[in-house]
Amino acid sequence: MGALLSLSDAVQRHVHDGQRIALEGFTHLIPFAAAHEIIRQQRRHLHLIRMTPDLIYDQMIGMGCADALTFSWGGNPGVGSLYRLRDAIENGWPQPLSISEHTHAGMAAAYTAGASGLPFGVLRGYINNDLTGVNPDIKSVRCPYTGEQLATVPALNPDVSIIHAQQADRAGNVLLRGIIGAQKEAALAAKCLIVTVEEVVDTLDAHMNSVVLPHWVVGAVACVPRGAYPSYAQGYYARDNGFYQDWDAIGKDRTRFTDWMRQKVLRVAA
Amino acid sequence: MKDGLPWTQDEMMTVAAARLLWDGCVCFVGIGLPSAVANLARHLHAPHIVLIYESGTIGARPSVLPLSIGDGELAETATSVVSLPEIFTYWLQAGRVDVGFLGAAQIDRFANLNSTVIGAYDKPRTRLPGAGGAPEIAAHARQTFVILKQSARSFVPALDFCTSAGFSGGHGERARTTARGAGPQAVITDFGILKPMAGSDELQLTGRFENVTSQQAVQATGWPLQVASSLEIIAAPSADELRVLRDMHART
Repeated sequence: MGALLSLSDAVQRHVHDGQRIALEGFTHLIPFAAAHEIIRQQRRHLHLIRMTPDLIYDQMIGMGCADALTFSWGGNPGVGSLYRLRDAIENGWPQPLSISEHTHAGMAAAYTAGASGLPFGVLRGYINNDLTGVNPDIKSVRCPYTGEQLATVPALNPDVSIIHAQQADRAGNVLLRGIIGAQKEAALAAKCLIVTVEEVVDTLDAHMNSVVLPHWVVGAVACVPRGAYPSYAQGYYARDNGFYQDWDAIGKDRTRFTDWMRQKVLRVAA
Repeated sequence: MKDGLPWTQDEMMTVAAARLLWDGCVCFVGIGLPSAVANLARHLHAPHIVLIYESGTIGARPSVLPLSIGDGELAETATSVVSLPEIFTYWLQAGRVDVGFLGAAQIDRFANLNSTVIGAYDKPRTRLPGAGGAPEIAAHARQTFVILKQSARSFVPALDFCTSAGFSGGHGERARTTARGAGPQAVITDFGILKPMAGSDELQLTGRFENVTSQQAVQATGWPLQVASSLEIIAAPSADELRVLRDMHART
C-alpha cells in the first residue's frame, strides 16, 4: 500500500483499457502529468469521470482515450469552450463520446455516496430541469420521514481515481491543502487510488484536521513536481491563466491540437 | 446605443447589478460577469459582502478578478476553504446564501435559464459548458439575480434546454416545488432591469438605462416583453463607480 513508484510504472500497473477512471481536482491540483502519461501509454475506451473536464479531459478525449464521460461542467474556466470535448460530442471526433451529465451538487453527492459505501446519493436538486430527461441515472426517492420527493444519483465508484497533492511522506501518507474540491470523496470512492505529489518528505507539514489520506488507502504514490501544471499547487506554483487562455486557440483546431500534443506530451518521457 | 458617452453599456450593466447587492449579504457568485459585479459592490458600498465561490472558498476577497472560480487568490483570501460536497450541502442547500448570481446563454419569460446546449441535446448545434452549480444555486439561494445581455437570440420564447429553473411555467409553479429560494428577483441586462410580476411570475421591464428606450428593450426580446407602467430610469454610473470598476479591471 502506498508504494512509491515512477508515474509510468503506476499507470502501467493500475490503469487499464475500458476502466472507469476519475482524475479529480477542482481547478486546483489537477493531475495533468498523470493524464499525459495515460495518453502516452495509449489507454483506450476509458469512461472518464470528472466534475469539470477542464483542459485535462479535453486533451485525453482529443487523443482518443475515452468513449464515455460523466461530468457536470464542461468549459474552459473563465475562457470559453473545450473544443475537443465539443468536437467529440458534436461531430464524433476522434470518436463518439457518450455523456452522463449532472450538476455539481449531484456529482458531489455521487462521490460522497461512493466514498461512504452507499448505493446512491441524495439531494434536493435537479428541480424542474431538463437534465432528468436526458440522464436516466437521475431518479428520485420519497423521504420516509417527511414525504418530500428528493433527487438521487447512483454512487460513483471509479476503478481508479488519480489526484495530485502537495506532499507524501515515505510511508505513503498524503497531504492536500487549499481548494480540495471533491478529491477526498473521489479518492475514497475508488477501488484503486493513485496520487502524484509535489514532493516526498520525512514528515508531512500537516496541522490537526488537515486533509490527510492515510497510506493504507493509497495504491501508489509518484513524485511528480509540477504535476498539476498548468493548474496549480497552492504553496508551490500559481495557475498559468495565460496558458488556459492560449488553449482556446490550440484546442480549437484539430491539426494544431494534434501537433501540440505530439510535441508537448508524446515526445516527453515521464 | 449612442456613441460618445463617457461609459459603455457593459459598464452600465455591471454597475446597475452591483447596486442591487447590499453590505453584509452572502452572495454565491459564478465566474465572469457575476464575479465582476460582486467584487465591484465589495469595493464600493458593500465592504462586508461575503463572496462564496463554488470552489469552496467562503468570504474570498480577491484583489484582482479571478479568471477561474478556483484561482489561488480566492483560497488565500478566504475566511474558510471547504470541500465541494460541503459547499453545496451545508452552505447552499441548507439555505445559508442570500443571493445567487448567475449568467446564462438563454433565458425565457419566466427566467428559466439554459447553459447546456443550443439545438437538440443529442445533436447540438452548439454544446455549451452545462450546469455546474447553477441549478441548485437557482433553487436554494434565497433569491437569484441573473445578468446577461439582451437580444432576441438570448431572450427566447422557448429554451432549447432548461438547465436551471426560474419560475418554470409561472403562475406559482415554482412555489409548488421543493426549491427553497424565492427564485430570480432581478434580471440585469444591457438595457435595464427586468423583474417578475406578482401572480404570473412573468418578467417585465421595470427599469431602463437613461440612454435607451423601452421600445429598444422590447425589440431585443424574443417574446412580447411587458413594460411596467411606472418605469424606473436607472441613473448613469457615477464618476466613483466608473473609477472603481476601471481600476479593478486594470489591476486584473
